[in-house]
Amino acid sequence: MTDLSERQQLSYIAGQAADARLNVELETEGMTLNIGPQHPATHGTLRIIVRLDGEQVVWAEPSCGYMHRGYEKLTEVRTYPQVTTLVNRIDWLGSFANEVPFILAAEKLMEIEAPPRAQWIRTILFELSRIANISLFLGDLGVQLGAVTPAFFAFRDREHVLNLIESVTGGRFHPNFDRIGGLKDDLPKGFVDETRRVMRKMRTYCDEIDDLLIGNEIFQARTRGVGIIPKDVALQYGLSGANLRASGVDWDLRRDQVVPMAWDDVDFKVWTHPDGDSFARCWVRLQETREATKIVDQLLDGLPAGPVMAKVPRIIKVPAGEAWVSTENPLGEMGYYVVSKGDLGPFRVKIRSASFNNISVAPWVLRGVYVPDVITILASLYFILGDIDR
Amino acid sequence: MSVAIEIPYWGQSLLRVLGGIVAVLLPAGTIVYVFLFKMMSFMQSRLGPMEAGPYGSMQLFAEVGKWMQKEDTAPAAADHRIFKMAPLIVLLSTFLLVAVVPFGPDAWLTNFETGVFYGLAVSSISVLGILVAGWSSANKYSLLGGLRAAGQLIAYELPLVLAAIGVVIQAGSMRMQDIVVAQNAGSIFGWDGVGNPYLLTQGVGFLVFMIAVQAELTQPPFDMPIAESELVSGYMTEYSGFRFLIFFIAEFATVGVFSLIASVLFLGGWGVPFAWFGWEGIDDVDNWMNVVGPLIMVNKMLVLSFLIMWVRFSFPRFREDQLQRFAWKVLIPVALANIVVTAILKVAV
Amino acid sequence: MTDTTEAEPQALPGDGLREGLVDELRRRLGEALVATELRPNDDLWVRIDTASWREAGEALAAMGFEYFCYLSAIDWMPSPYGRGEDDPTEPPPERTTEVVQGVTGGATRFQLLARVTDTRRHVGITLKSDVPDDDPTMPSWSAVYAGANWHERETHEMFGIGFAGHPDLRNMYLPTEFEGYPLRKDFPLLARMVKPWPGIVDVEPMPADEAVPTESPDVEHAETDSTAVAAAAAAEPDTSEPGDAST
Repeated sequence: MTDLSERQQLSYIAGQAADARLNVELETEGMTLNIGPQHPATHGTLRIIVRLDGEQVVWAEPSCGYMHRGYEKLTEVRTYPQVTTLVNRIDWLGSFANEVPFILAAEKLMEIEAPPRAQWIRTILFELSRIANISLFLGDLGVQLGAVTPAFFAFRDREHVLNLIESVTGGRFHPNFDRIGGLKDDLPKGFVDETRRVMRKMRTYCDEIDDLLIGNEIFQARTRGVGIIPKDVALQYGLSGANLRASGVDWDLRRDQVVPMAWDDVDFKVWTHPDGDSFARCWVRLQETREATKIVDQLLDGLPAGPVMAKVPRIIKVPAGEAWVSTENPLGEMGYYVVSKGDLGPFRVKIRSASFNNISVAPWVLRGVYVPDVITILASLYFILGDIDR
Repeated sequence: MSVAIEIPYWGQSLLRVLGGIVAVLLPAGTIVYVFLFKMMSFMQSRLGPMEAGPYGSMQLFAEVGKWMQKEDTAPAAADHRIFKMAPLIVLLSTFLLVAVVPFGPDAWLTNFETGVFYGLAVSSISVLGILVAGWSSANKYSLLGGLRAAGQLIAYELPLVLAAIGVVIQAGSMRMQDIVVAQNAGSIFGWDGVGNPYLLTQGVGFLVFMIAVQAELTQPPFDMPIAESELVSGYMTEYSGFRFLIFFIAEFATVGVFSLIASVLFLGGWGVPFAWFGWEGIDDVDNWMNVVGPLIMVNKMLVLSFLIMWVRFSFPRFREDQLQRFAWKVLIPVALANIVVTAILKVAV
Repeated sequence: MTDTTEAEPQALPGDGLREGLVDELRRRLGEALVATELRPNDDLWVRIDTASWREAGEALAAMGFEYFCYLSAIDWMPSPYGRGEDDPTEPPPERTTEVVQGVTGGATRFQLLARVTDTRRHVGITLKSDVPDDDPTMPSWSAVYAGANWHERETHEMFGIGFAGHPDLRNMYLPTEFEGYPLRKDFPLLARMVKPWPGIVDVEPMPADEAVPTESPDVEHAETDSTAVAAAAAAEPDTSEPGDAST
């Protein structure tokens, strides 16, 4: 622990020194490097402007907006059921999880609640999106660090999870399955058995990643002590999800807030890590994937019978009011502040997406690190461009 | 030496040139198809190319054809003459390198007195090619890649040389042919069942040599000069078409050639243990070894390049400073200790 | 090495806790706490006086609300373009643009909206504050919550609200030379302005809407062919929404 923080101090001092060198007459010639918007490591179109002294970063500044689609404006001209189609595309790897908080907010304003079976299926699909999302993160992590093989394992096994999502919703990437008052449809036949089989497979996948990547000495040398974000900084920047828990904050919205979902009925562990470095973030995510498979298994055991749709009017008018609902999405806290004026569509929707806050810490944490660590840190912070730009 | 068929000098020269080209391109093609396309695919639970030819065996030609068709572009700000020359310099070093590898008792390209010395010297010519490629591309990623390559290749040249010195001490010669003979005619403490492959008696040296080769070849976990996720493609970023193809061929041809050199230094080269056939020295070796020898070499080459590729597909990448620390603080001291122990044993035994 | 916690179902952060928070906030801020609204078992809204926005942030940070969730704004003026579904060939209908504020009230067109959370006590607060109409500038939170930096930049470019004391109010998303503030309600959504919204054109009546029996063109064409009519009638139940079954 102590020598890790010393290393962070050293890199900070080095950054200061690089700054100082730029200011004195004997300056070494710095170099401004644009990482992105077209770059293999930005998975999307994020651009990071880094000022380099040799290979050391003097300052770094992410530049967003290459994928800004103006969803907050678009929601104002859509009806409530139409908005789910938009929000599907925010974090496109865990699409279903984006729909849920918005639907919950609308339901809260309408003062209705989905039937228990719908809540459970929602939670199952939510956790399946989490598994699909984070398993790809774990594979992609290898590619960012130069190991190509884990990515293929990730794509291989994520395929099964996507098949499950497809079998329920008909869509692999953008299900658009959640409805105000419940779900579009019930589970298909054979879903429960197939899901159990896939969950076993995903646990094997996690073990494989644990062996091949997380446990690898080179991986640990690359990530331990790199990009340490202390607790108070993480909180101040509003980091959420695994990034926050990797900094030692025991905060998981699934456990710590009450929403009409089935998380209260299952038993799961919230993993935290005291180090706050890149390794901790990867490790917490790996444990979360394992935990999510267990959650799904438990939910399948206790799946209640009944309808999947509450009684809702055909044309949905949401009463005037304001509601905030956030859930623990794969990337972190995803929330919607919905303002309604009793209309067919929302008056204003503030979309609080996790990656926007998660990546806003980048200028702070990238200072003084080396170019390879820039990639490690960005990979471990785990952002999705649609989730930053919205 | 007893060559049954007398070949005129020009014929021998022609054969050697052709042999050199085959010795570079054949391993490159084999490694790309067998390891890069197929073995990597199976390790990653996919099939790899399947469309071109049976099991995708013609994929290599398709790839080459694709690259040949592509436009040969260069950045406007590039130093054009050097930019175009750089891949050739890299490939040149591979061709120069294969010249010292013996494939049989008479099937050699050149038979230098100082073969090991020459081989290790020309292998560093590729650094020049990479460095000028990085510099002349007028691209920041290329520049970073070129500089990283220079630092890395120079750092790992040293353990490479030091590991080879152990072999040279034990064989008592720098001639590659003599090293092969010394291994196959030798014995381990009087037991000559398998000769004396230096893999067994120079195990530490072999380990250091292979790690250094991995770094010299800029294969993962030592691929910082290319580092796809950091530097896009390092010094190769701006290259396209057949110039990229030349880099690509050079990369895998060098894998093959370094595997050949390693198999000469540590695995007994083209030879079989001489005791099996009752041969005393190189003059007794039968002529058929000129045909079987190259086959043996290819097999050893494939085994070693399999190891190189296996590591390549499995490990993440080191960071630049960790790589340097590993070279200077681990590999070089180990190699030096190996030399000292070898020398003491050589004198004592 | 790792510190893990059992997932025990936590007690609902009671409304008593929220009332206590209001009391403490009132003690710290005094008159600057203009209005509060507590929705039982749900959330707490407070409205802060414009001048004390920054002090409110500091007070909350000191009260343990360390986790910065988001900061944004609301334009309370209804859009003069409605939902962008007007026919561009017709003169635009009259629409009220009267500003009506939501929860906790207010006096201005723009309101700042922010949320902070106490991760130890498991409670969050939504804050609002009026933004002066004549000079839309607010004190910046970037020194209180480092994460507010980007959120204020976003709010600045989307609503045109300035933040005094912000280090760097460059645009986040839009080009530097972009004119206008997209999330203001009077900023037209051009895609909807240039061409009628297709969704309004091809609305079909719900099958269950028997009050308006409509004959579809298909049926008219098929009058001569009785089997096609039967097929169309048979196909009709499939077009109903799955949700209908439960209604």
